[in-house]
Amino acid sequence: MKPVTSIETPTRLEYEFTASGAQAEFLENIARGRLVGKRCPRCEKVYVPARGNCPRCGIATSDSVDVSDHGTVTTFCIVRVPSQNIELDPPYCAANVLLDGSDMPFITLLGECEVEDVRIGMRVEAVWKPKQEWGPTFENIRHFRPSGEPDVPVEKLGAWV
Amino acid sequence: MRDVAVLSFAQTPYKRREASRSEVEMVMAVVTEAIADSGIPKGAIGFTCSGSSDYIAGQAFAFVGAVDALGAWPPISESHVEMDGAWALYEAWVKIQCGAADSALVFAFGRSSMGRLPETLTMQLDPYTLAPLGIDAVSLAALQARSLLDRGGVTERDWAEIAVRSRRDAMANPFAQLRGESEVDKLLAEPYLVSPLRKHDCPPISDGAAAVVIAADDVARRAGPRPVWIRGIDHRIEPHQPGVRDLTRSPSTSLAGRKAGAVPERLELAELHAPFTHQEWILREALGLGEGLRINPSGGALAANPMMVAGLARIGEAAQRIRESGSGLALAHATQGHCLQQNLVCVLEAE
Repeated sequence: MKPVTSIETPTRLEYEFTASGAQAEFLENIARGRLVGKRCPRCEKVYVPARGNCPRCGIATSDSVDVSDHGTVTTFCIVRVPSQNIELDPPYCAANVLLDGSDMPFITLLGECEVEDVRIGMRVEAVWKPKQEWGPTFENIRHFRPSGEPDVPVEKLGAWV
Repeated sequence: MRDVAVLSFAQTPYKRREASRSEVEMVMAVVTEAIADSGIPKGAIGFTCSGSSDYIAGQAFAFVGAVDALGAWPPISESHVEMDGAWALYEAWVKIQCGAADSALVFAFGRSSMGRLPETLTMQLDPYTLAPLGIDAVSLAALQARSLLDRGGVTERDWAEIAVRSRRDAMANPFAQLRGESEVDKLLAEPYLVSPLRKHDCPPISDGAAAVVIAADDVARRAGPRPVWIRGIDHRIEPHQPGVRDLTRSPSTSLAGRKAGAVPERLELAELHAPFTHQEWILREALGLGEGLRINPSGGALAANPMMVAGLARIGEAAQRIRESGSGLALAHATQGHCLQQNLVCVLEAE
């Protein structure tokens, strides 16, 4: 009898995501090309993507705040291995970007630049997909690219570096 | 051994679909309430442990996201079990026994509505020989129920009576999802969902969260609420492969009950985590619980079965009831896995 050396057991689970109030507000706004965060009433930090609560204070966020689609790289990683669902060819750069007006960086992709040129403090801007392709998803932003603005000095990035 | 007590318990109302709150927002609500009711300042709680499953959320590291609900700054001592919150409570209890903390926050959450729960639960099975067959949680429970009928001594009518009692008791539980008067004969006239189980034999699919605060010795005595002492707690597991078990019996429950010091004659009530009607019958036999004992005054898992939460809620419900009635012993039970694979028993006493 021939020994079994490997088997394939494909698995697929489907989910229907239900957005909370804060998440829904964020997604509705990004569908219109706006980035809207939520502010903590106690520590006044602004979170983008919007959250219904402040992770620092453990209380509900309150005001909605428009933020810019320009930001600053707080840290980054050069990726040299291809992966599914990412259009960019390696090497490309995954970076944490702190948007102007927000107090929490989020991870995103950088494009339209040489990975060797990426640095902490580099200024970047969102590259949006064509308007007719927009929907209630962060994927409306294809990636971020250098904006050409002068770098933010590392010491001004405070706790993020 | 240190004396450890349940000080407070909070839960969300359980719903078929929580449409407006994220997991984090549900957790924040119950954690805030449980801490406030415990009398222990948030910053003084020594340890936090949660129970949940990323398969329920359909998102890797969803459990880490839940920490956002805590306001964990400055950083806290925190852990997680990919299990029902009852096992998170067990970990917290061990942590306190070790002297590493004097108090702990335990919470659990899940929004099963986002996926197809019976199929999601299939992922717990052996991935080589069993899961690829696609057998789901309800079908496995039906195999267990069929084995029990074949063994004899119990009928489908007995199970329907359990459903009727659970739904009736749930009418007094504002957090329950499935409640109301029903009649055994009408239930038995319904078609099978998966033979020999009818819809009433199966739990509802529920979204929700719950939190418990426990504390030791003088910290518990001084905190404010009347402590409900954990007199014993133990959990045991059976083989992963359902085919090698006698599904009509629950030796792991019997052993956990013995190790936890459960004495049936002395109990005021038992909260059993039996998602299927026939499983309550198996658990009663395993624990030697007599006919007269009050079972599941909350309505149990047949009235609301939030995955990863329902076991912890049994402990919370049992503790709250004997705290309100003033004295006595209660047994709380939690289960995990298919067909009662793993079981936890907790014996509680109100002073």
